[in-house]
Amino acid sequence: MQENYLDISGVGIEFPTDEAPFRALQDINLKISRGEFISLIGHSGCGKSTLLNIVAGLENATEGGVILEGKEVDEPGPDRAVVFQHHALMPWLTVYENVELAVRQVFKGKKNRAEMREWIEHNLRLVHMEHAVGKLPAEISGGMKQRVGIARCLAMQPKVLLMDEPFGALDALTRAHLQDSLMDIQAEVGNTVIMITHDVDEAVLLSDRIVMMTNGPAATIGEVLKIELERPRDRLALAEDAGFNHHRQQVLNFLYAKQKNPETLKQEAALGVAQESPALATPRATENKLSSEQAA
Amino acid sequence: MSAGEHTAPSSDALAGVAGTRFNWEKHVNRLLQVIGLPLIGIAVFLMIWQMGAASIQTSLGQFPGPAQVWDQAGTLVQEHIREREKAGEFYERQEVRNAKKLEKNPDASIKWRDYTGKSTFFDQIFTSLYTVAVGFILASLIAIPVGIACGLNESFYRACNPIIQVFKPVSPLAWLPLVTMVVSAVYTSEDPLFDKSFLNSAFTVALCCLWPTLINTTVGVSSVDKDLVNVSRVMALPTLTHIRRIVLPSAIPMIFTGLRLSLATGWMVLIAAEMLAQNPGLGKFIWDEFQNGSSNSLGRIMVAVVVIGLTGFALDKLMLILQKRVSWDKHATLR
Repeated sequence: MQENYLDISGVGIEFPTDEAPFRALQDINLKISRGEFISLIGHSGCGKSTLLNIVAGLENATEGGVILEGKEVDEPGPDRAVVFQHHALMPWLTVYENVELAVRQVFKGKKNRAEMREWIEHNLRLVHMEHAVGKLPAEISGGMKQRVGIARCLAMQPKVLLMDEPFGALDALTRAHLQDSLMDIQAEVGNTVIMITHDVDEAVLLSDRIVMMTNGPAATIGEVLKIELERPRDRLALAEDAGFNHHRQQVLNFLYAKQKNPETLKQEAALGVAQESPALATPRATENKLSSEQAA
Repeated sequence: MSAGEHTAPSSDALAGVAGTRFNWEKHVNRLLQVIGLPLIGIAVFLMIWQMGAASIQTSLGQFPGPAQVWDQAGTLVQEHIREREKAGEFYERQEVRNAKKLEKNPDASIKWRDYTGKSTFFDQIFTSLYTVAVGFILASLIAIPVGIACGLNESFYRACNPIIQVFKPVSPLAWLPLVTMVVSAVYTSEDPLFDKSFLNSAFTVALCCLWPTLINTTVGVSSVDKDLVNVSRVMALPTLTHIRRIVLPSAIPMIFTGLRLSLATGWMVLIAAEMLAQNPGLGKFIWDEFQNGSSNSLGRIMVAVVVIGLTGFALDKLMLILQKRVSWDKHATLR
């Protein structure tokens, strides 16, 4: 494995606001090997998407930079394909045409028409969408749309596949199907992947490493957890697996004990519960507070 | 239920009868709503018009009611047919004359003259349609590209915006003298392809058609889904491909909203422009009738008013049909 395939070093970003500039990310350092599957996890608003966009080149870091295979990233490009949370398929193009748009652009002059056709169909087969090539996005389900979105990215043959909560908008069953599909594809293609997720099980199931981020502003990487589970991984077998549950526990511990959700903190403060010393807030006092609020 | 129905042989038959009667009622209700209510509306309007017209005396006689206007419409059709017959006869005579000339001397040079009778009401409708089409297409060819540029580029938009905002509310009547003088100065040819009055009207229409299309195209282009724009950036699509494959399909509904507003504006502006520019269209028809001042004039103008309304309505429907053909979303409800 090549240690420094993707090197994120000293990345920080500030957004200008009317008052002082808002610092979203600070001092992010991460080295990713070729073929590695990385999950980014953290509470909402911690800048996961911003970090992913910086790697994609959609946003420019204020300081630090990203180096992919020895070349600095300064603009978006098909070598860093992005799977968006809401599929982002062109509604006026069929499934086939959506993938074709990307393939034509990336393989212009490198593949002839027949080869392109074969390549598009190959990628749609990978995500099991070969049956719907002629359908418009509005005519297929949410899970299917996301499959096509993934096929479009795979078809660009990216050096890094970036996924921004790819399954976040899907129901649990569909999500499980797609996770299994993604693992199969990974086993076959061996892409380097960075995936944002809110789902702890998903992160542990899919990743080689889980990168856990602290709360913003000025969010940074809190801990990196290496997932030592044999591949291929089977979700049913893992449900009982001690190793799996241990990893899961570690992530949950980081998210809910070390980095409390800022929303929860606010709610607790509003309820008058001292977050540092919960013992001080007697149950009675809390009850009184609640009942007086109800009365009002 | 009547006694007759009680004696029906089977209950199934009864249910059948009841069933068809129920559907029939529904059908009638629907028909009443779709056709009946508009008809009632029109009838009430005609009645009010008739009563109102009877009590208005002008210097050209009584204000025309629906019946007089209907008569005048018939007269205009008659005039058109007569004029066409005259033209036909003229060309026939000319052909006979030329044939005779050729018989005598095969090398004789023959002259071909166009019929120069007065243009009829229907010729004038056609002239108006042609003028508005030229003005509208000219404006669209400018407004859509500029609108796309404004929508894509914030700085360009900021640069253009003051000019758009200032010229947008200007009345066509203010433009017309300027357009007339510029056309007179610039368009000087021995054998002009177009009449100056036609160009004056068409350019004035174009100046007023620009703005709704420009503004709506800008809004449509700048509100393309951000995800789709990002996908395009990730694919590194060249600008022209980006516009053709992503921006235009997204912005089509807004562009058409703009085009429809433009065409409606253009049609209204045209009548005024034709009156003043003396372009031989409906505007000139109305002006000439007004100057003519016969007892039939008001009726004939009223016919023109109704025709202008119907044509404007038809033009809008035409744009809707065009939008349906161009738009990718065949299920969208367009109104």
